Amino acid sequence: MVPPPPFTEGIFPCSECHKEMRPNPTRRELKDEHADIQLKNHAEKERWCLDCHDMKNRDKLRLVSGEQIDFTESYRLCGQCHGDKYRDWRSGIHGKRTGQWNGKKQYLLCAHCHNPHNPRFKELQPMPPPMRPENIR
Amino acid sequence: MSDREEHDEHVFRLTRRKALKGLALGIGTMVLPAKDASASVWDSFFQKNFRELSRPERQKILARLEKEYSATYKKSVRVKDTPSPEGVLFGYGLDLSRCVGCRRCVYGCVTENNQSRDPQVHWIKVLRLSKERGVDLEHSEQYYNPATVPQEGYFYMPVQCQQCENPPCTKVCPVQATWKETDGIVVVDYNWCIGCRYCMAACPYGARHFNWKAPGLPAGEMNPETHYLGNRPRPVGVVEKCTFCMQRTREPDGKYPACVEVCPVGARKFGNLLDPTSEIRNVIENKRVFILKEDLNTQPKFYYFYSV
Repeated sequence: MVPPPPFTEGIFPCSECHKEMRPNPTRRELKDEHADIQLKNHAEKERWCLDCHDMKNRDKLRLVSGEQIDFTESYRLCGQCHGDKYRDWRSGIHGKRTGQWNGKKQYLLCAHCHNPHNPRFKELQPMPPPMRPENIR
Repeated sequence: MSDREEHDEHVFRLTRRKALKGLALGIGTMVLPAKDASASVWDSFFQKNFRELSRPERQKILARLEKEYSATYKKSVRVKDTPSPEGVLFGYGLDLSRCVGCRRCVYGCVTENNQSRDPQVHWIKVLRLSKERGVDLEHSEQYYNPATVPQEGYFYMPVQCQQCENPPCTKVCPVQATWKETDGIVVVDYNWCIGCRYCMAACPYGARHFNWKAPGLPAGEMNPETHYLGNRPRPVGVVEKCTFCMQRTREPDGKYPACVEVCPVGARKFGNLLDPTSEIRNVIENKRVFILKEDLNTQPKFYYFYSV
């Protein structure tokens, strides 16, 4: 069991807006829409939107082979470069699993923990430290 | 001859005076629990070691505890005694390359296992270690409190009961109130524990904790799904420890321990060491693994590993 991909609310299906637009395959900086999406620490010099998002079918992702895949299968896309993590994830070492240790499990997609455009895991606020023994009464 | 006389002075002679004194003392002791005048006080006073109980005796005790706890916490509390599952030896993995030291596990554990909030009892201790020194416990810090974690130059190592295959803590118990079950979990019979704390001195991981005061457990926060040897509310003056959440993991629908479920980075792994396809076996066979204080021959079933 997997929770649905973590889309920004109201953004999917992409074709909703894109069906009226003519695809522009030229690599460029986006100014009007999606200006907030910046590739960071993720080979931003080498890649851009259409390396992963399919140009013809906007509601799909695209593998290097040209195969179109659903957003629910995005791990196959990530696994093209991160083969070692993909293997670890499939065997339950990388990533979080919940549910039953001896039965049905829930697992997460790469994108649930790593923003695909800026994949470094975000820092967290720690819970309070334990009390020092001298303060325990 | 003089020797004999001296010796005779030390021979115990039961006189009428001594007999009456003894009788009075005896009656006095028996009257003590009657102050609370409830049948359950007598029952718990004469309760046997958990391992010596017959099936019906256990059922009676569990029913008594359920009644007591339900009255105290004003909700329907369940006390299970689910035994070790067949063919299972529990093992735990902790990925040191992933842990960010956020302490979600510490508080997830407190909530699940009914630890005392005040005075504070934590079964998990998260150590901050510098990357330069590596696993150097002398220089670890557990009171770190920055705005965000992880901090540059540090890594984090949560320590809890290592569920040793060769546990030093159970050997020192003078009353055998703590032992290792067949699924590898080291448990405590809180009703049999006399609170001598020898086990705490024997544990090289600081994984056992003593209830110096009656645990402060607010009724609203009490987890009513409990196990006799696990997370049921503890009395004052007994030692407690991590049980791999046996109230969850021993059930047929084998849920993961609370700390595994709550970890935001998926650094915690759990499963059956006897199952070659389990996640934990995969970790042990394919990653760089170490056990804490290996030289003590405690043989922990808690494996620290590096996934990268």
